Order: sequence, then C-alpha cells, then structure tokens
Amino acid sequence: MSISADSDSQRQRSWYKRNEIAITPWLFLAPGVLFFVVYVIAPIWQSFGMSLYDWNGLGDIDTNGTYIGLENYNKLFGLNGERADRNFQISLWNNLRWLVLYLLAIPLGLFIALFLNQNVRGIRLYKSLFFFPFVISQVVVGLVFSWFYLPNNGLFTVMTGWFGIEIRGGVLGNPNTATYGIIAAGLWPQTAYCMILYLTGLNAVDPEQVEAARLDGAKGRKMLWHVILPQLKPATFIAFVVTIIGALRSFDLVSIMTGGGPFGSTRVLSYYVFEKSLSERGLQYGYAAAVAVVLFLIMLVFISYFLWTMYQDEKEARG
Amino acid sequence: MHSILKTSFAAFVAAGIAASAMQANAQSLSGDLVIFSDMSNPAPRAVMEDMVARFGEMHPDLNIELTVIDREAYKTQIRNFLTANAPDVANWYAANRMLPYVEAGLFEDISDIWEGAMSEELASTKAALTVGDAQYGVPYTYYQWGVYYRKDLFDQFGLTEPATWEEELANCQTLLDNGIKCYTIGTKFLWTAGGWFDYLNMRTNGYDFHARLTNGEESWTSDEVRATFANWRELIDMGAFVDDHQNYSWQEALPFMVNGEAASYLMGNFAVAPLREAGLSDDQLDFYQFVEITPGIPKGEDAPTDTFHIPSGAQNKEAAREFLRFVVSAENQTLINNGANLGQLPVNALSSVDDDKFLQQGFQMLSSGAPGGIAQFFDRDAPAEMAAAGMEGFQEFMVFPDNLDDILERLEATRQDVY
Repeated sequence: MSISADSDSQRQRSWYKRNEIAITPWLFLAPGVLFFVVYVIAPIWQSFGMSLYDWNGLGDIDTNGTYIGLENYNKLFGLNGERADRNFQISLWNNLRWLVLYLLAIPLGLFIALFLNQNVRGIRLYKSLFFFPFVISQVVVGLVFSWFYLPNNGLFTVMTGWFGIEIRGGVLGNPNTATYGIIAAGLWPQTAYCMILYLTGLNAVDPEQVEAARLDGAKGRKMLWHVILPQLKPATFIAFVVTIIGALRSFDLVSIMTGGGPFGSTRVLSYYVFEKSLSERGLQYGYAAAVAVVLFLIMLVFISYFLWTMYQDEKEARG
Repeated sequence: MHSILKTSFAAFVAAGIAASAMQANAQSLSGDLVIFSDMSNPAPRAVMEDMVARFGEMHPDLNIELTVIDREAYKTQIRNFLTANAPDVANWYAANRMLPYVEAGLFEDISDIWEGAMSEELASTKAALTVGDAQYGVPYTYYQWGVYYRKDLFDQFGLTEPATWEEELANCQTLLDNGIKCYTIGTKFLWTAGGWFDYLNMRTNGYDFHARLTNGEESWTSDEVRATFANWRELIDMGAFVDDHQNYSWQEALPFMVNGEAASYLMGNFAVAPLREAGLSDDQLDFYQFVEITPGIPKGEDAPTDTFHIPSGAQNKEAAREFLRFVVSAENQTLINNGANLGQLPVNALSSVDDDKFLQQGFQMLSSGAPGGIAQFFDRDAPAEMAAAGMEGFQEFMVFPDNLDDILERLEATRQDVY
C-alpha cells in the first residue's frame, strides 16, 4: 500500500517539479537575457542596418532615409578614391591614445593599494580619501581639471611656469596637448577605482602562503612578484576589463572639458557618434551609426578576449 | 503712385486687423493646447509664462499646458518630440535650422496665417521662414549684432567710432600700443568665430556673395573667400584678439572687456545685459555698426530670429494657429520685447521699440542701415554639417592662421559633400 501511494505521488508531481533542475537556471537567466536582447543585441543590429542608410534621424527611416549600401563606410575610410574622413581618423588615433595611456591606471592603482594596505591608525580614512575621486561625478572632475589647466591663472600653468615650460593656448587650448590633458584627468578617478579593486584583492591574499614564502626567505620585490601578484590575478583581470571599457567609452570628460575642441582635435569615436547624431548640428544618423559600428567592432576584439579568458578559467576550474 | 500704395497698404492692414478681430470674436477655442518652449532663462521664461496667461484669459475654455525645457537640452529633444509626441506649438529658429524639420514633414505649413496683413507686418523675416512657397513658422523676436565697445577707453585715447577698415585698424593699433587688446572673444563653442566670419565676408564681398556661399553656390577656395581671410589675418597678426580664446565661452570672455583689458566685443545684443550686470554703465558702453571694408558694397547685418512653429503632428491646430497670430500681433511683440522683458527687437513693423539705447541703435541700423540684407547667422544660414565644419575651421584659423590652405580645402570638400 505504501509503495503504491509513493508511485501515485510520483505521477502527480507537476511538470515543473520533474524538470526543476533543467529549468531553474533558465528562469534565473530569463530577465537578464530579455533585457540583454532588447537593449543590447537589438540596438546593435539596428545600428548595423541604420549605417547603410543616408538618414537625418527625423521621421521614419523607410520614408525619409535613402538606402546607400556601404557608402557611409566608404566615406569613413575613403575607399572610393575619396578623401578619408579626417575627423574619423583623429577620433581613431585619440581612442588609441586613450586605450594605451588609460592602462596606466592599473599599475598606479596597484601601487597606491600596496601603499595603503598597512595597519596604521586611521587607515580607513586615508583609503576613503584616495577613493574619493571615483565617487565624485565625472562632470565635476572635468570642471575641476579645466580650471586647473586654465591658461594664465590655472594652477597647472603656474606650476609649469616654474620650470619655464609654456604651453601655447593652455593645455586644453593646444591641439597637441589637449587629449593628454583630458586623459590625465580621466586617470584620476580610474586609478582610484583600480586601487579599490586591488585593496579588496589584497584582503583575500592567503596569509599562510605569505607566511610560508617568508619562511623560505622571500622579501620585497620577489615576494610581490611571485607570491602576491599571482593571487591578485582576478583583481587585475577586472581592473583591465573596466579600464579598457572606460577608455573606449571616454565621452563625458571630452564633452565637458573641450567639447571635442580645439577645432576637433580631442574627438574620440564615442564623442564623434554623439556629434554626428544627437548634438546641436548633427543630423547624420546613418553616418553616426557607421561610426558606432566601427567602435563596436573595436570593442568586439576586447569582448572576445574577455569571454575567451573567462571560458578558459571556467574550464580550468572544472577540470 | 506713392499715395496709392500707402492707402492700399492701410486698407490691407485695416482689413487684416478687422479679420483677426472677427476671428477672435467668432471662435471660442476649447480643448487642450500643449506648448513646448525653450525659453528657459529667467527673463524669457517669465515672458513665455506671461504670454500664455494673457492668451488663456482671452480663451477661458482653452486648457493650456506649457512645458519649458532647458534651451540646450531642447535642441536634442526636439527631434524626438516632433516625431513621437508632438505638442501643438513649439519654439525653434528660422532659416536653415528649421529646414530639416520642414523637409521631414514635421512642421506644419502655416501659409494661411501669413496671408494678408501679416506678410506686410513681418516682411523683414518672411524669407527666413519660407521654404518653397510656403511658410512654416512665425517670428517673435530678433536682435542685432554689432561691435559693443568701451566708450571710456576710446575717449581716454582720443578714439572715435570707426567707419572704415583703415580707421578700425588705426584704432586697434592705438589700443594695442597702450596694452589693451582690441577685441575680446571666446571661441570654445565655435559660433562666436562664425560672427566674425559673417561680418568680414559680408563687408569684403557683400551680402549676396555671403548668401551664395552659405547656400553652397560659391567655392570656399575662391579668391573672394581668401580676401576675407586675408582681412581677418591682418587683425590676427596685429594681435587684436585676446590670447587663448579657444579656452573660453562667450560669457567667460566678458571679464576682459569689463576689466578694460579688451576694448570691444563683436556680439549679439544679448551681451548687453551681462555687461551691465558686471557694472558697466551706459556711459561706458556703446555700440557701432561693423565698419565698411570694400567701399560701396551695401552693408548686410546679422540678426537671428527666434520663432514659433506648429508641428504637423499637433492635435489642436486651430488653437495653435490662434496662438501664433497672438504671438506676432504688434501689441504683443511690443510688450514682450521691451527692456523689462526680452530686451530685444520686435519683428512686427507696427510694434514699437523700447527706449533702450542699444535697442534704438540696433533698430535704426537694421531698418535703414542694412540695405544689403539681413542674414540670420552663419550656423542658421548654412546647413548643419557645413556650419559645424566651417566654425571649426574659423576657430583653427584664429589660432593657427598658417593652416588656411588646409582649412579651406577641407571646407570645400565638405561643401561638395553637403549640398
């Protein structure tokens, strides 16, 4: 009797209960996947489509836009014997500068984190002061730095004056220095961010390993390189991801500090997209979409790398 | 002949007034009237709210909803709301700035409002609001551009208002010899340099050439354009402009003039208010029309016009039309443009100009001193893409005048592309 009751209840268990193990992960994923598809994947395809049109962003793309195939890309790269878009080239170069120089935030952040990772009275206060720049809005950072760089009265100009260096037009007014000036401003909060990542990473460093290394006679630089840094690999990875993305997205500081100027020399791709589509004098949605696609393809290189690394890590963890 | 014209004009006006009065009586408007406005600065905002209140009193059954949007934000939002969620009335600007919206069918053809008396009263700006044969908006205000200068500094060095290019240069040299820059300017947001180009080009080659150039009918590498830049270069090489101007906005360039480090400013009339607030009295501040460069060329002037439009997706077009008629009426324009409100010039020829010294001078200049024609402004006369490239080039030229050939070739390439 008891046996038959058991098999009855087995049969009565709902379909969901029977497939719970298989379904549950998908239920967890569902909201994320839905938003990812609607707000990330779909717009990417839309920009691909839009970049094939000559469209000013007004009205409907089918009625007001003209299909021109790859013409926008020809214009960007100057393929049909036309002159390549100079502003696009400037943006591309500036993006490269951002990518390379922004990575300085990682060693800087590590250095500050190691420096702050000590047991001193009131260390939390120091840590929070170092983290502070990341908390303030980028707009404020941009404004503070533009005042810092002002010609004549700006603190930076006064300081370079002591060494007899004079930058014509001020840091942000000179096309040769403006981009570097903005990157330096961007490094300030980004370093703070990397620092906090490393501080948390340092918290997780295994004290027993450090102890063992010390018994083996490891000290100073050796200890850092062979014992501490390998354990900080996850933190470094995250810092790398965040910094690369931050560099490619660099928009707010450019917009606030120079507005792409002087004469467009500080443009980056994301700012150029904005300029061509949404800004006051931008009415070239199709063209802007083409620039956005190029930016996406550049990002895709890094995205693939991140995904591949994560996949490898997962495999290792399981294997 | 003359008197006949006059009487017919009077009859016209009378008929117009009678017609609009009749309409006001006959129609009782009802429903909702949604207005989006970019008049977000304190004074314009008060003007807008007051206009809505007075219009509301005339039409008690009408429910008016006014939304005031920040002026800069408005420029990007207008595309979305014209397509998706159109109000009944919206602010915008004349000439090329409204062209994309007209071409996309987003602004309503309101030629019917312009019929009759209105065309006479608003004749000065009709062309700027016409596309093809139809009108797509109505003007509510405009303002003159010109050289605002420190009269006390001029007096100190025995200078007088110049009328020719030679006098302008001589004045400038005297100022420079005394350690004062001739002009302040802040080109961070580019458009201020567009003002200089407009004036130098209109004075060197005339209004008609300038209009053809902004219309894409003349080459940027032509000798005429080069002549304009050569004149500009004379000033740059003298050191006439304040240093490092690419770092400043137009407001940030004001202190140079207030502190007496620079003597004058080529600007729109809106610069007067902040200069007065900064402590300059009307004895210290004066205004002159941009000097003649090529003798004999009729002078053209910049006078940008701000406008109201009806989006084609509007729900209550009847009430919207009535509101536009109300906005352009002579009494309303007199009221909203007076010194206590906008402090600018009314467009309607029948309205009167405030006693303010600068408004009076500006009105004189535009009504009798600009036989060449009235331009809107570089970024409203030229299409968006051309304007952006052009003003960027002007800024570069002002900092690195040696790059001129490269700049002009770039502008020419842009012109080939845009038109």
